[in-house]
Amino acid sequence: MPFDFSTLLNVLISGLMTGLVYGLMALGLSVIFGVARVVNFAHGEMMALAMYAAALLFSRFRVNPLLAVVPLGAAFFCFGYGLQRLVLRPFVIRPQHSQFLLLLALAVVITSTLLMVFGPDARAVNLDGLLEPVVIGELLLDQAKLYAAVVACAVAAALFAFFRLTYTGTAIRACADNWLGAQIVGLDVDRLYAIAFGIGASCVGVAGCMMILLVDVTPGSGPAYTLLAFVIVIVGGLGSMSGALVGGVLIGISEAFGGLFIAPSAKSMISFALMIIVLIFRPRGLIAEKS
Amino acid sequence: MKRRAILLVIGVFGLLLTLPLWASPYTVSLATLFLFFAYAGQAWNIMMGFAGLLSLGHALYLGVGAYTVAALYDHFSIGPWLGLWVALALCGLLAAAMAALAFRYRVAGVYFALLTIACAEFARIGFDHFTWVGGSGGLFLKVVEPGRMDLLNLRGPPAMFYYLILLLAGAALLLSALLLRSRAGYYWQAIRESEEAAAALGVNSFRWKMLAVMISGAMTALAGMFSAFYYSNLFPEQLFHISRSIEIILGPIIGGVGTLFGPIIGAALLTALGDGATEFVAAVGWDVPGVKQLVYGIVLFAIVAFLPEGIWPALARKLKLFQ
Repeated sequence: MPFDFSTLLNVLISGLMTGLVYGLMALGLSVIFGVARVVNFAHGEMMALAMYAAALLFSRFRVNPLLAVVPLGAAFFCFGYGLQRLVLRPFVIRPQHSQFLLLLALAVVITSTLLMVFGPDARAVNLDGLLEPVVIGELLLDQAKLYAAVVACAVAAALFAFFRLTYTGTAIRACADNWLGAQIVGLDVDRLYAIAFGIGASCVGVAGCMMILLVDVTPGSGPAYTLLAFVIVIVGGLGSMSGALVGGVLIGISEAFGGLFIAPSAKSMISFALMIIVLIFRPRGLIAEKS
Repeated sequence: MKRRAILLVIGVFGLLLTLPLWASPYTVSLATLFLFFAYAGQAWNIMMGFAGLLSLGHALYLGVGAYTVAALYDHFSIGPWLGLWVALALCGLLAAAMAALAFRYRVAGVYFALLTIACAEFARIGFDHFTWVGGSGGLFLKVVEPGRMDLLNLRGPPAMFYYLILLLAGAALLLSALLLRSRAGYYWQAIRESEEAAAALGVNSFRWKMLAVMISGAMTALAGMFSAFYYSNLFPEQLFHISRSIEIILGPIIGGVGTLFGPIIGAALLTALGDGATEFVAAVGWDVPGVKQLVYGIVLFAIVAFLPEGIWPALARKLKLFQ
């Protein structure tokens, strides 16, 4: 093996940091499914939208994507809230396939709108200040990845705190556990669903700002992110918040090593194989949701 | 079915049968596209519409079918009429293997749909690196003397392909109609409505669901064969891509899932819509890439939101075809 220990360690840490951003994106999907029971087939397209928005804010107004997290997180919260309130609400009681077909339609609309507005070329954000790596012993940490991972962790921690400590968070978890029971005790289920969808969307908004620092985006990026998010939540456990983060890290690391050992273009094959195996043998995910 | 409906079917079929005689080559190519989606949509409909199993990865069978027949033809000069049996068997087995695992381990609902996507994506990346059939660079079939018709090797003018896909789509309609009235069809519908109730009445749901998946997969393999020889080039990024799977299911969904004529009406409407959108944006001079897909997306959105049963059931009621 031509790979020495420090190379492997660097690849591992790099995969871990990317994985945390993946995890944040998947966390959004997991919250949306876990609470509102909506399978968001437009998740990756929303991610691409967020990446474009961050790229646009940077190229027009020189807003650092690390700061764009705040306005975009808020904007995506409103988007998700409105979507659930105005469009998806009647679909809660419809058959599941009709729900995700609606979201598929939304995905097509987002992708084609991005294509029309921005054209087919890739967009990227390159911050000059972030090119220098952080050196810790033998470790070379990519600055952009490091900041992205830190922000992802911070947002995830804030969400965990929100769901554990606040009244609204507890109420949302109650809705997720028992929709009928939550209605009986007088919770405004529609509003809580919309908030959950908003939170899920705002995770995507933040993750998109981070992701644009790491890779470039094209209008066609959406489906790949949708699939990636599904792979992660399936591996981690659909509906489980910690599962999404663990799954994200796992997939990030497996992609990094896949790129190293096989070929960068084949790296997601490992993820899909992992997803198929988990689906068959542990359909509730590695970290199972309490039933 | 009432006389009115039968007359309508015969009329439309007669129109389609004579189409290459009086229509322009462009119209024939559009009609070929429509029949292709009508065929593939009917194949998908057997799984989702009849048995209630949602597949979002039918591109898998399309791609494997296309590559099997094309590779046999390209590498060993085995003609498509022989190769298609290999493709049928291979896709049937592939579908059976995936479905057996899924049903044995109780992968259902959303999880089943995601499993089908994962398998198709896995195959896409696999074929991207499968150099024997050209990898991501694509596989190209020899084009011999344009205009000369060689039915044995499926090399010939567009009209030949038109009749081939017309035959396939017609056969699929017949097969669907027979299946729907057969024992399998009734069992499928029982399983679709409530698998537990069907099982309680003694229906071996595992076996019948397997049958639906295998028929659907094998039928889609033929759509793959058609597409390989019609376009003469194969790329994993096109054949296995998730957008192919979605295109296949749009027709039946718009037309009416689980109905006999829904997939056909849906495919016709989508083809007309796609062409109309292209012409419209060209006429307005607003020819930006993405407009066509945007129109698609909006129509799909509207239909799922306002006509969840699809167009065909509403249309049939209006035309009083079944009363």
